[in-house]
Amino acid sequence: MMRKGRFFKWFIGFFLVFLYAPAVLLPVFAFNASSIVSFPLSGFTIEWFLVLFDTETLHVAARNSLLIAVITSVFSTLLAVLAARASTRFSFFGRRSIMGFVMLPMVLPEIIIGVSLLVVIIQMGFELSLWSIIMGHILICTPFCIAILSSAFMNLDKSLEEASFDLGQTRWNTFWLVIFPLVMPGIVASLLIAFTISLDEFIIAFFLAGTEPTLPVYIWGQLRFPAKLPSLMALGTVLLIISIGLLLIADYFRRRGIRKTGIENTGGFL
Amino acid sequence: MTHPIIRLSGLDKFYGEFQALSQINLDIETGEFFSLLGPSGCGKTTLLRAIAGFETLSSGSLHIDGNSMEGVPANIRPTNMVFQSYAIFPHMSVAENIAYGLKARKLPKAEINASVAEAINMVGLEGFDDRASHALSGGQRQRVALARALVLKPRVLLLDEPLSALDKKLREQMQSELRRLQRAVGITFVLVTHDQEEALTMSDRIAVMFDGKIEQVASPQILYGKPSTRKVASFIGLMNFLDAKVLASSGKNVEVEVQSLGKLTLTLDQATGGLDGCNSVGVRPEMLTILMGSQTSEREVEAEVTEVSYYGDMTYYDVKLPSKQDPITVTMRNTAGREVLEVGAKARIGWSTSSLLLLK
Repeated sequence: MMRKGRFFKWFIGFFLVFLYAPAVLLPVFAFNASSIVSFPLSGFTIEWFLVLFDTETLHVAARNSLLIAVITSVFSTLLAVLAARASTRFSFFGRRSIMGFVMLPMVLPEIIIGVSLLVVIIQMGFELSLWSIIMGHILICTPFCIAILSSAFMNLDKSLEEASFDLGQTRWNTFWLVIFPLVMPGIVASLLIAFTISLDEFIIAFFLAGTEPTLPVYIWGQLRFPAKLPSLMALGTVLLIISIGLLLIADYFRRRGIRKTGIENTGGFL
Repeated sequence: MTHPIIRLSGLDKFYGEFQALSQINLDIETGEFFSLLGPSGCGKTTLLRAIAGFETLSSGSLHIDGNSMEGVPANIRPTNMVFQSYAIFPHMSVAENIAYGLKARKLPKAEINASVAEAINMVGLEGFDDRASHALSGGQRQRVALARALVLKPRVLLLDEPLSALDKKLREQMQSELRRLQRAVGITFVLVTHDQEEALTMSDRIAVMFDGKIEQVASPQILYGKPSTRKVASFIGLMNFLDAKVLASSGKNVEVEVQSLGKLTLTLDQATGGLDGCNSVGVRPEMLTILMGSQTSEREVEAEVTEVSYYGDMTYYDVKLPSKQDPITVTMRNTAGREVLEVGAKARIGWSTSSLLLLK
């Protein structure tokens, strides 16, 4: 018993170190006053962060990524709300197979999606633009949003809807007064997940980006220049902080939602 | 001339091949406490939901207050429902829950507040106005659900097994409270329940349902005392059955040959569901007596005690009659001087012909 407990403690310890040590190295080298990324460290500097402020192409890439992520998260969540609602409330012919097809992009290799979308867009005579990336991202984000929202809609007691309707409210108002507030935590979680997936998605963006790169595509391009490495470390640090921040916000909303509905807290991101 | 508040005629409901309701004809009178009683899956909840407007009819018609409800959605019908799960909106306070329907009617704020306060008073939830609904007990949720529906002054209040989630003590308390509330507001209540005791204590009239059909509609006394079929008799309370054969009938008298009891003459009104197809005789356990010492009865039969269950105020005996395989039940009140018999004891069972029912 004792030995087993100790084994698992060590196992978890190693697991966490291997998982997070690389991420910890990011800020370490971001503040290191040397253009070569290696030990021993040679002093503290914020020079690499200042470089970020002066790199115009980086700003353009960041703006592109933000735009894509925002539009993607809104559209995927919107589509997912409709799909989740339909699949949990109504039974219609071929529901299972339809839902299966909708969820397929989740397990399809992204490189296949990237290549095939590229072929289709070129064949149809469209220009590659931010919109082609947005389309690709909506395709891969929507299944994740559906997974999150399905459980949110599933947990909703059907008689709440009926009660609202029975008390004289219209179906439209029932949605906004009862259903929407109760699935709100799910919607926030869905938006944030889609946002983060889109923000760091590389392969599809790489295939479908025309002349306007996203942040991951930009970083990939810069990796060819060793001198740019420290500033990429700084960029990575910024992204890390943003991701953790988003996660904290998502969990705050999730907990608030749980408090509001009085459901037992069953864990979460944090 | 009063007309029934609810009139159902020739109502059918199919789910694909499965027939959930078949040929329901029923009038529910204004102001009565009406119960739909039956085992689970008998269609009682489907019928209630059809009245509320949550189920469409496959055929037949439904009139509420003289108006056909065909094509009238639930949010416009003059009915409100108390759901089995109560369906209290979890993101709203008690007062917000109760005000929900009034807000849907776009009434002025002052009027809403006055009505909500009155409803909170009526169900005894004073001081709970701002309480979050997830911080309420089962009984309190039940009261909120009642207040939320009654505040709209519906023509009919529909209750779907409203007491099934409460513990026994609270359930009994809520039973009398529901009854009191119904008398106070004068609104027609239609209650769905599988608990025959609940239906008997609360209702003015009860419809007993089996397999999507209404078996009998009657007052609690008639339902218990003069059930029209063997099915109803065995669902409500305890009933002993003996095989019987109708030999002849003339005028008001019926000759029957009853298992263990012999040849008897009963009257025609003891065949509560008509004489056709009658093949058994029913008798309630409390209509039988275990005779002590020199006690005598109109009729007597010898039996042997096979099981004794002592309940304090009552004792339930299973006794075996001479020519009957399964034992029958006799309940005796444990009055002073009455001794409790033991298993294996011989007993003289006293009975009377007037307590028998001729059933099919």
